[in-house]
Amino acid sequence: MTGLGKDLLDLESLSAAQITAILDTAEPLKAISLRAIKKVPTMRGATIVNLFFEASTRTRVSFEFAEKRMSADAVNVAIGNSSVSKGETLVDTARNLEAMKIDMVVIRHQASGAARFLAERIESNVINAGDGTHEHPTQGLLDLLTLRDRWGSLEGKRVCLCGDVLHSRVARSNIHGLRKLGAEVAVCGPRSLLPNGAEEALGVTVFDRIEAAVEWADALNILRLQLERMTAGYIPSLREYNRVFGVTRERLERAPRDLLILHPGPMNRGVEIDSDVADGPHSLILDQVTNGVAIRMAVLYLLRGGRPDLAAAGSAAGE
Amino acid sequence: MTTRPLLLTGGHLLDPSIGLDGVGDLLLIDGAVASVGGTIAGPDDAVRVDCRGLHVTPGFIDVHCHLREPGREDVETIATGARAAAAGGFTAVCAMPNTDPVTDNQAAVGFILAQAAKANSSRVYPIGAISVGMNGVQLSEMGEMVAAGAVAVSDDGRPVVSAQLMRTALEYARTFGIPVADHCEEPTLAHGGVMNEGVISARLGLKGIPSESEEIMVIRDILLARRTGGRVHLCHMSTWGSVELIRWGKERGIPVTAEVCPHHLTLTEERVRQYDTNAKMNPPLRTQRDVDALVAALKDGTIDCVATDHAPHHNDEKNREFSDAPNGIVGLETALSVLMTWLVTPGTISLSQLVEKLSCAPARVFGLPGGTLRRGAIADVTVLDAGASWTVQGGDFRSKGRNSPWLGATLTGRVARCIVGGRQVHVRDASA
Repeated sequence: MTGLGKDLLDLESLSAAQITAILDTAEPLKAISLRAIKKVPTMRGATIVNLFFEASTRTRVSFEFAEKRMSADAVNVAIGNSSVSKGETLVDTARNLEAMKIDMVVIRHQASGAARFLAERIESNVINAGDGTHEHPTQGLLDLLTLRDRWGSLEGKRVCLCGDVLHSRVARSNIHGLRKLGAEVAVCGPRSLLPNGAEEALGVTVFDRIEAAVEWADALNILRLQLERMTAGYIPSLREYNRVFGVTRERLERAPRDLLILHPGPMNRGVEIDSDVADGPHSLILDQVTNGVAIRMAVLYLLRGGRPDLAAAGSAAGE
Repeated sequence: MTTRPLLLTGGHLLDPSIGLDGVGDLLLIDGAVASVGGTIAGPDDAVRVDCRGLHVTPGFIDVHCHLREPGREDVETIATGARAAAAGGFTAVCAMPNTDPVTDNQAAVGFILAQAAKANSSRVYPIGAISVGMNGVQLSEMGEMVAAGAVAVSDDGRPVVSAQLMRTALEYARTFGIPVADHCEEPTLAHGGVMNEGVISARLGLKGIPSESEEIMVIRDILLARRTGGRVHLCHMSTWGSVELIRWGKERGIPVTAEVCPHHLTLTEERVRQYDTNAKMNPPLRTQRDVDALVAALKDGTIDCVATDHAPHHNDEKNREFSDAPNGIVGLETALSVLMTWLVTPGTISLSQLVEKLSCAPARVFGLPGGTLRRGAIADVTVLDAGASWTVQGGDFRSKGRNSPWLGATLTGRVARCIVGGRQVHVRDASA
């Protein structure tokens, strides 16, 4: 079964076939963004609300480009200027939006499970653009696409997620997606920023030392270290974090093989990743951003019931 | 006002407190058990109730519930809570003091008793706060509260953070012969947690509450009970580690008692997978290992009794994001049936053992009247239909709360009648 159902809430509940179908659908859609006229009529008439309860630049803009390039009508609702700040509940906000006859909601929310909560209560398709510390499925998918582009297949490849796995929705989506597509997954970071019992809970190997992760992995996906983790007492200082866990050129030079570098952004240069690495020859960080638009186009298209083999039809017709 | 004598005929009398387990009659006169067992003729003016095919047991007692009045009458009142208790077979409930204002003085205790008298249903025994305003700083006036009718003290909902305050409370409460009931939670470890810390919290991205946050306070309280000789009662135990610590304390003769809730005996953290806020409570649902240990502990007496932690919330408060929803579920009207369905039907415990845990033991632990059908005891009786099967529907609850994890579940066993002081306060409509 490669259909997606009504919503995209997480990668944990998707099958390998469903994930592969999204990646395959995204592949030809990339070309649309390379054309002079970056627009296909595929989703003309669809109304989409980008409901962002948390600040986001990259993800929101990426979704917005995806929607516009597919000719959907998109409206951005940010918490700062909506009635949510007047105490309206999530369910009321959603029902009111739906009463305006929308088709899809892209939601970013600070509470884990918020996307599912919404999906269970409205008819529109719901896409999770990040819920608390749970999942960020489109980010996971774009990371998978970026690696698959390089490797052809993820089968047997080794990917290590580095840093604050405990609070990372990107990490959870990556772990589920990578494992379903046959990759081996590890995490590396201070134990205070890893889920207790991560091995059992998430099916990953744990490396205490970044040096060991570098030696083991084919790719490192370096997570953003939120600066408030220090004030909350999870780590003693950013300085020590960089010295012990930072991904530096010196550390990468010891890698036994070419090591691909991913980062979901925004980066803290000099904390979890050094500029030499972020801007270096093995960095795929900007490819991730490019692929993000194609992945989101694919997800929007598939959730509206589009056939994977016809995804780029509008593009072909326009050429 | 006197009530006519009540004669329950032909029921299966089940009372572990006096080793009663067989068919017989029960006569209640002037609020007391007049005669029990065998065939009883009864006075001419007695109201006769045919109990053939039903079990007749001492009334259940819940030592831990939240009736929300004063303060949140929109989600429960003492009257609706007492009626819910009666519908669940509880002839008496102990109301926790986390009301608004807090039940931390004799006037507040008197108010609860006055409201309960007006409700004229199951008995309500107030529990006073340990500290003024439940602020964890200054001892409340326990002596006056006990004189006014409080049966225990607790800051439930909040842990007693200060070990020194807990020590003093145990010493001071000892003077008045009442237990100190503690909500065991080390707040810095539990901070921000919304479910059990484990495999599922790691996957759902929800902050976990580790078992140790409970167990650290359990052993602290046991050690303070050893030091002071005060009676500590541990609320809603949820972990296998707590069971081991309580066993350790009891083996040494330390005055510790403990309760466990129906949900912790039957449900695991798996229920949270879909972010169901009716599976959100504190302490949280834990793992199968914990459930198994709690059931075994209830059976062997390490844990003394069952309590519901009945905690009604408004649907609007529960119908929201998991991390923002309040803790707690209603339990008074499902406790018996849930435990019959999950523990008695499979043969894990006998119905007689369940009656001991719902009635005799709580009376003993809190030193309350009832919990027995012995001649002369107060005439608090529950009549239950062990064979009945029913489906839980929120709209049928007497409680204002609908926040139950068992909505839609089909359960075995149901309360048929609830008798308080010889007066029937709940009779289930047979057509329902």
